[in-house]
Amino acid sequence: MLLSIKKMFKSNHLFTVGVIICLAWILAAIFAPLIAPYDPIEQDLTVKLQAPTMAHLFGTDKFGRDIFSRVLYGARYSLLAGCLTVVIAGVIGTFYGAIAGYVGGWVDNVMMRFSEMILSFPSLVLAMIINAVMGSNLFNTMFALVIVSWPTYARLMRSVVLSVKENEYVTASEAMGATNSRILIREIIPNSISSVIIMATTDIGNKILMFSTLSFLGLGSAPPTPEWGMMVSEGVDNFNKFWIAGFPGLAIFTMSIGANFIGDGLRDLLDPKLRTQF
Amino acid sequence: MAENKKQVLVTADHLQVYFKGKEKRSGVVKAVDDVSFDIYRGETFGVVGESGCGKSTLGRALIRLIPPTGGRVILDGTDITNMKGAELRKMRGKAQIIFQDPSACLNPRRNIRQILMEPFEIHRLQKEMDVNARIEELLRLVGMDTYVLSRYPHELSGGQKQRIGIARALALNPSLIICDEAVSALDVSVQAQVLNLLQDLKGKLGLTYFFISHNLNVVYQVSDRVAVMYLGKVAEIAAYDRLYEKRYHPYTEALLSAIPQVGESGQGTRIRLEGEVPSPSNPPSGCRFHTRCPKACDRCGRDEPVLKEIEPGHFVACHLYDTEKA
Repeated sequence: MLLSIKKMFKSNHLFTVGVIICLAWILAAIFAPLIAPYDPIEQDLTVKLQAPTMAHLFGTDKFGRDIFSRVLYGARYSLLAGCLTVVIAGVIGTFYGAIAGYVGGWVDNVMMRFSEMILSFPSLVLAMIINAVMGSNLFNTMFALVIVSWPTYARLMRSVVLSVKENEYVTASEAMGATNSRILIREIIPNSISSVIIMATTDIGNKILMFSTLSFLGLGSAPPTPEWGMMVSEGVDNFNKFWIAGFPGLAIFTMSIGANFIGDGLRDLLDPKLRTQF
Repeated sequence: MAENKKQVLVTADHLQVYFKGKEKRSGVVKAVDDVSFDIYRGETFGVVGESGCGKSTLGRALIRLIPPTGGRVILDGTDITNMKGAELRKMRGKAQIIFQDPSACLNPRRNIRQILMEPFEIHRLQKEMDVNARIEELLRLVGMDTYVLSRYPHELSGGQKQRIGIARALALNPSLIICDEAVSALDVSVQAQVLNLLQDLKGKLGLTYFFISHNLNVVYQVSDRVAVMYLGKVAEIAAYDRLYEKRYHPYTEALLSAIPQVGESGQGTRIRLEGEVPSPSNPPSGCRFHTRCPKACDRCGRDEPVLKEIEPGHFVACHLYDTEKA
């Protein structure tokens, strides 16, 4: 596995690019206080709405806050919000869908109807309700996002499992006396997970945006917090000042595309058939 | 074959496997209907029949991969029909299955070592025995080198994959092996190799095979006794050499006449059956074969014939011979 990761870096350039981008953002999040030239929250109205200069690399917003510093600090919230929700929702959805698909019958029926019940709500409205009930802070917003997004993973997983479980290696495992949980974990999930991985990595950007939508509506992070999505929505007030929304938008874009490249590579890495082709 | 001292390994006693359709109106598919026979220890019990006649279902029901809906299966003196949970899983070691498609029967995500390790992991035998030595022994048995252990299934050829499938089936020292079209997906030359391997293993390890195939020549080559199935029922059971000389059931006759003959055409002409195989969800009344049988009479449409021993070791389900005897 380690050897193939090395090979992968050499031959799969997109994967390498993805790793570099994501690593850069993670480092930015960790070392934001050291890199950022200004305080992300402190206002300085004397320099408001300035275009990018050497002093303010990404320009300033309407309160005179340095956008470069805010983007760096924003990585902390947005990465957490995007990645963690996707990972948790993905894991829940994977197991839920795999169990429903593998067991089948009425269990499948009940489980899938329940997940469809959640899906049938407009996800934003549902997230708002959860947030309103539980009180709005970062973790409750993430919780709400997990609640609205796991059913999509569950459905995807279930549909893949339905075809994977018909394979003879599953029957072989059963014939050897394997327990259902062993079959699920050893045979079925490894052979169905790749589409979930792809979906999860494309979903990170979505989740960051959805998080910002909630923030915009007053749920989630509160205004002075430098959160990418919220910064984009603040740019709405000043359309002609491209840098206000542009740079945080670029941050979301690079983050999700980096995650996407990694997801692609990860899928290849997990598949022995593709692994040897490098 | 020790003819004089036959020990029964498996008994199918009025075995039934019915499948319910999803919708109520689609009715019940009688894949295996009231089938009884004994399999003796150390023999190869061949099963032939057209596709859809229930051969595979029967094989899988014998080792409880498909739950029987009626009747009993007795394996090695134990009734396994209603076994559940841990007891059932423990029984699994005694009866294994080799599949038709060698590339579908190995998990593509695991290498050969992991695949062969699986039976030992499942039955938690790692502590009791030297599993690595056992795996090497298994590979030797099926004629493969240890270098394949680090390979993945897609890196092996069809024949090699089938050998791994056989090695895995042998891992737990089973007494019965279901060969479900075990060589049908292989090239003819590889087919012969695998068949020879199966024969060797049978001698070495004292295995019993339940050999399912639609390929009559293959069944003839390996079987001690052959059962002919038609629409979920057994039409005829006989020792293979017997069946070659004298077959009683008109369906067997027609089926066997389909084996291409080389050279002399003394074996008789091919019997062509009219029409399609009826649907197993709505089988014909009486003898299931009577709609296509060239020798059918009135009675065949009314009464269902029972499998009867008309010569020692030769069972036939047909009214033609019933009346002769009566």
